[in-house]
Amino acid sequence: MMTAVPISWFLTLSAILFALGVAGFLFRRNIITVFMSIELMLNAVNLSFVTFSYHHKNVAGHLFTFFVMVVAAAEAAVGLAIILTVFRNRGTLNVDEIDSMKN
Amino acid sequence: MDVILFLVFALIAVVCAINVVVQTHPVSSALSLVGVMGSLAVLYLLLGAEFIAAAQVIVYAGAIMVLFVFVIMLLNAGRESRKGRSYTVQLVGVPLLAAFFGLAAYAVQNMYGKETVTFGGFQGGGPKEIGEALFTTYLLPFEVTSILILIAIVGAVVLARKEID
Repeated sequence: MMTAVPISWFLTLSAILFALGVAGFLFRRNIITVFMSIELMLNAVNLSFVTFSYHHKNVAGHLFTFFVMVVAAAEAAVGLAIILTVFRNRGTLNVDEIDSMKN
Repeated sequence: MDVILFLVFALIAVVCAINVVVQTHPVSSALSLVGVMGSLAVLYLLLGAEFIAAAQVIVYAGAIMVLFVFVIMLLNAGRESRKGRSYTVQLVGVPLLAAFFGLAAYAVQNMYGKETVTFGGFQGGGPKEIGEALFTTYLLPFEVTSILILIAIVGAVVLARKEID
């Protein structure tokens, strides 16, 4: 019976969550779900930061996580306002139909 | 005990993350994302990051996800339509993601294979230590962050307001 968790398990979990976030970003067509996948990727990176902080016995990783949270909050506010404006102008949330810069 | 705690919450996080990607309704995805964030908060506690765990629950699971749910309900976003989806991205993307995950897991296993995490192994993650570092070493980033937040507030208000004319 193991009594301690290997540090690589945390980093592997972080890689799993990041890969799932990328998968959501690529496969989903709803712009809100795409945005939530970005949040999932940011969370995965945060887990890596905190794990490395434990590894180095240093508080710097926690502060990076804190700053990532702040930037994510700002990004969510601006991004959701952009989504709101896009929906008001185009009447759709599907990223495939928002293609006015294509041609 | 630590292993059981890790396995339970890692499993919850992975299942909820898969649910975020698989669910077709945005509200289901948002609630699954709250599950991911909550279980990550528990893992932060296991790693000795008490302050970050609290901030995770308050800022992420509380504030940001409430904003998401508000916008989903405001826009009355329904299920995603299945028509017109391209399968090229899935054909190329899935093997690439699997390769990324395999490489990352292999590298992590090689670099950090022996070291382990025990609860209480790192004591420097409380509010006191975070605050000391934040207001001495990281004072400039902290102040720049406040400007960023101000710009974000102004930007959100300008973007989301109704045109009055």
